[in-house]
Amino acid sequence: MTNANLAAELDNSAASLFEDTAFIEALRSQMLKFARLQVRDNQLAEDAVQEAMISAFQNIDRFARQAAFKTWVFSILKNKLIDQLRKEKRLTAASQLENGPNLNGDALIEHLFEANGHWQKDERPKKWDQPEHSVENQHFWRIFDACLDALPTKYARLFMMREFLEMDTPEICHNEEVSVSSLNVTLYRARLRLRECLEDHWFQKETS
Amino acid sequence: MMKCKQATQLLSEKLDRPLSAKEKIHLAMHISMCGPCRQFGKQMEMIRDLSKSYSKTKESDDQ
Repeated sequence: MTNANLAAELDNSAASLFEDTAFIEALRSQMLKFARLQVRDNQLAEDAVQEAMISAFQNIDRFARQAAFKTWVFSILKNKLIDQLRKEKRLTAASQLENGPNLNGDALIEHLFEANGHWQKDERPKKWDQPEHSVENQHFWRIFDACLDALPTKYARLFMMREFLEMDTPEICHNEEVSVSSLNVTLYRARLRLRECLEDHWFQKETS
Repeated sequence: MMKCKQATQLLSEKLDRPLSAKEKIHLAMHISMCGPCRQFGKQMEMIRDLSKSYSKTKESDDQ
C-alpha cells in the first residue's frame, strides 16, 4: 500500500476518531479519572494518559470501530499505569495512607456484625437482581464510580491494583510495602464497603 | 462453628489466595446453613466480574 493510499484509508476509518474532538475529550477525561484513582499524583496520571493516547495514535490503523478503540486505549493505559507502579518507589506507599473518614475497618465490621460474629439483622446481604441488566445501565456505572470514589484511598488503590490492573499478590505487597495478610484484610474491607454501598444505592433501590 | 464474620473474610480471601482444605470445609459447612453468607459469596464474585467489565463498559458511556 502506498503512503497516499494509507492516508486515504486512515481518513476513512480510524484516524478520523482523533478528529472527533468531543469523542476524544470525553475519552481523555474518562482515562484521566481512571488513572487518578490509581496514581494519585496528577502529573503522573496525565503523563500516563498522554502516553497511552500517543501510543494509540501511532497504532491507529489497527482500529476502526470506536467501541473497540476505547477498550484498546484503556488496555494501553492499564499497562502504562502498571509500568509506572513498578518503576516508581511510591511517594506514599499504601502502608502509609490513612484509612480515611466514614465507617471503615473495625468500625465497619462492628456495624455489620453482632458481637457474636453473626450478621446484624438489617445488614444481612440481600439477593441482587439482574446483574446483566445492571451492567448495561449507565446509571449503574455512575453509582459504581461513586462507590469506588467513596472508598478510603488505601482501600481503593489496593482494590484497583488487584481487580482492575490484575496485579498479583507478591507484586502489590512489594510495591506498597504491605504484608500479604494486611493486603488480604484490606481487600476484604474494601469489598465489604463496596458491597454495602452497591446494595444500599443500587440493588435495594431497584427492587423496592 | 465458624461465624459470619470469619466466613465473609474467607469468601473475600478466596479471591486472593487458595484456601486450605480445612478452611474450605469449615466455609462450606457455614455456607450450607447461612443464606446471607451465601449471598455474600455470590456478590464477592459479582464485584470481581463487575470490576473486570468496568473499563470495558466505559466504551458505551457516551454513545
